[in-house]
Parts: sequence; structure tokens; C-alpha cells
Amino acid sequence: MQVTRSLMSLLGRPWRGRHAARHRQAAGVSALLAVLVLAGCATPPPASDPDAVADYKEAHDPLEPTNRVFYAVNNGLDRVILRPAAEAYRYIVPETVRTHTHNVLSNLGNPVQLINDVLEAKPRRAGDTLMRLLVNTTIGVGGVFDVATDWGWPAHDSDAGMTLALWGVQDGPYLFLPILGPSNPRDATGFGLDYAADPTSWIGVGTTVDILKYSKAGLGALDARAAVLDSLDKITEQALDPYATIRSLYRQHRQSQIDDASSDNRATVPAWFPAPAPTPGAPQQ
Amino acid sequence: MIVSLRSGRRAFLAGAGLAAAGFIRPARAADLSPEQATAFIDKTGKALMAVVNGPGTKQQKGAALTSIVDSTVDVATIGRFCLGRYWNRATPAQQASYLDLFHRVLVLNITGRVGEYEGVTLTVDRAIPRDDGIAVATTVTRPNNAPNRVDWLVSNATGSPRIIDVIAEGTSLRLTQRNDYTSYLSRNNNDVGALIAALQKQAENQSG
Repeated sequence: MQVTRSLMSLLGRPWRGRHAARHRQAAGVSALLAVLVLAGCATPPPASDPDAVADYKEAHDPLEPTNRVFYAVNNGLDRVILRPAAEAYRYIVPETVRTHTHNVLSNLGNPVQLINDVLEAKPRRAGDTLMRLLVNTTIGVGGVFDVATDWGWPAHDSDAGMTLALWGVQDGPYLFLPILGPSNPRDATGFGLDYAADPTSWIGVGTTVDILKYSKAGLGALDARAAVLDSLDKITEQALDPYATIRSLYRQHRQSQIDDASSDNRATVPAWFPAPAPTPGAPQQ
Repeated sequence: MIVSLRSGRRAFLAGAGLAAAGFIRPARAADLSPEQATAFIDKTGKALMAVVNGPGTKQQKGAALTSIVDSTVDVATIGRFCLGRYWNRATPAQQASYLDLFHRVLVLNITGRVGEYEGVTLTVDRAIPRDDGIAVATTVTRPNNAPNRVDWLVSNATGSPRIIDVIAEGTSLRLTQRNDYTSYLSRNNNDVGALIAALQKQAENQSG
């Protein structure tokens, strides 16, 4: 499902500010977080009610009261800023242009994805990403056209959160982060690592570069939000507790992404490569 | 989730041990062969595609979809699963009205989206046996969308093959639904009556 995939990256990008301002904001936010975390721990149910304890453990959401506050804040921001902007984007910009914009943004993400594929020790996935980057940047004219998919190098998901998971790092308790949305300590760390590793976040200085960076960030947010306009509406409309539904979807979706990566053990030698001649005397298969 | 997976596996192993020792018959779901499950989903998928891509008004299509759902989906089993531990806490009257509403909301959710399903194609890939049934993997393609992997969990527990879960891109619909309901219940004094009232309101909103 694209819903949860985009939920994570939702809202994230346009808020990356200048360094100094960001540090001040970060300090403020972490102070606020500390207060809320201390105040907002969920009370575990009494041990005399084993069913309730089982539910509590399954939800794995000890910070639920705090998380729900941020969920409400994010929803408020979304209602007044991002949702209307995404609706306008979808209304004004023709579908073809939106698809090409999405292709360019996804191509800009390929270097980071390649790093993660390599760190995950998935050579065929790394090969797919490398070919996607090379083919789509050149023949696909800077990523506008996704030629690589038609040529047999389809896209897949890969990020530092998944890499950490494949290295055995547990996800930890559920977090609903301000701006970033559904996450957990592992995936939030991964988000930071990916940002630090992204060449487009540290290459170049000057006004033009800044404008390009902000455009990329803004378009990224619009692209991600517009992709889930209908799905998110459906969730909020049909769920009795949208917060819990999104938590469940996020967890399941991340697990399925991780399982997909973990089970992708395609041989490194392509199928068309001539198989070595059988050794004389060896038993025939 | 990890906890439930582990205990599920433990229960499964214990069950397998008992079955091997000849104490109990293997679960009835095991009576269903992967071929039967695949054929069942293939037939159901073709019936669904014939309706959504065929002629008829929205109302006619909705009615046709409802009859397909009723003959291929084990709504009662799914409904029970979604209520989780609260099923045993509910009175028989509550269980009955809950199942009735669950069925209504499910059908409304499906029929309400008839228009979106137009142009959909479904191809059956393969069957994967699971301890609670047989998962039939399919690829669902909608126009202008990347193909999606959708697994249909089929069980024979009622005597004939029935769908007991749909897993879209790794997300189980019945598990998501259960997390929604149980979270709602735990925030409403564990009162099944409150859930029934909420479902009632949902059904009225959607049919109106």
C-alpha cells in the first residue's frame, strides 16, 4: 500500500530549515518532547487482566497519550496547509506532469537507496537501483521518464530503517512524530541517516541551490500527499479509531517491506549468463 | 505483534506435535488442497471482474457484488476475528447484532467503491499453505497504477472454501480492522454496546 509508504515521508521535507534555526528549533522541540514524554506515558493495565495486558503489549505503544497529541497536531497542520495544497496540485497540474515530477523525485532518491541496498547486502537490488539511476538519468532525461522499469529494472523500497532492521535492530515502541508522522526509534534514526547521506542535502551553496532544495522539498511533500489523498480520506472516514488504524497499517507495511528485502535472494549471476559446463565425473542432476 | 506471532507459532507447533502423535485430526483447513484454493480464487476473481467491468448501473453492480461476497466470504468468521477477545465478553444478543452490522458495513465498503474498481484485472500467481488456511497470491492491476500483490486467505472450516482474509501488499485487512475495533473498545470502557452503536452510525452514514 502506498498509503503508509507516503505517510512516513509526509510533511517531512518542506520543514528543513537553515542550520542555525534548525538547531534552535531542535532544542526547543526536544525540550517539549521530554516534557510530553514524561507527562504522557500510558498506564499499563493491571496484571489481573491478562487480555488487556496482551493488547497493551501488542499495540507496543507506551507513549500513546503523547503520540495522540502529535497525531492531532499533525492532522490540524495537514487540514490547513498540506491537504489543500495537495488538492490544488492535483487539480491544477495535469496527471502526466505529476507522474513525471514523481519520477524525477524518485530518481533523486536513488543514490541513497543504492547505499542502503549495498549495506543490506542485496547485490541484485543494488544492481536494479544502479541501473535505474544510470538509465533514467540519461535516457530518461534526468529522471523524467521511468525507462528502467520497462527495461526490467523495477523500483523497490529501501531505506536506512530497513537496513537497520536487516541488521537485527528491533523497531522499538511506536512513535507518532511531529511533522514526520508514524515511526519508531529505528525508522526515525534511519530517516536521519538517509537525510545525512543524501548528496542533494549537502552539495552546493548559494541562493539558487537553496531555491532548488526548497522546491524539491515542497514538491516532494505535495507529491507524497497527493498520492494518498483518497486513501487517507477513506481511512479517516471508515476507521472508528484512525490513529490505531494508521499505527497498524504502518507496522504491517514496514514489516512487509522488510520481509520483501530480506527474502530477495536472487542469484547474483543473471539468468542469461552461460552456466559453467558440468565437471566430468560429477553426478548428473 | 511479535508476542502474538510467537505464541501463534508455539500453538501451531504444539498442535502439530499432537497431530503427529495421532491425538487429534489435522485442522479442517488442511483438507483444502492448494489447487482447490487456487481454482476457487480464480473463479471468484473472474466473477468479480465480470461484474465491475461489465454493463449495468451502479445499483445493479452493487447487488451482484453483494451476492458474490455472501457466497465466497466467511463474514461471520472474519467478524469474530475482528472483535478479538471482546467476542467472549459480548452477550449473544450483542454478538448477533454486531455480526449483522459488520456484514452491512463490509458490503457497503465494497459496493461503495464499485466505480473505482473499473478496469481492474486479477491474475492468480500461486498458493502458499499457512497454518490457518491457504493463501492464494494474486496480482491486481488497476489502470494507471502499479500492479499490487494481493493475497487471499482461503479456509475450508465451514465445509466449503471461503475467503477469511485479504492481505494487500503485506497488510492484512482483518488484522487492521481488529486493531481498529479493539483500540476503539479499550478507549470506550470495553463496552461492546458502544462499538455496536458506532457501527450503526457508520452503516447509516454510508448508506445515506
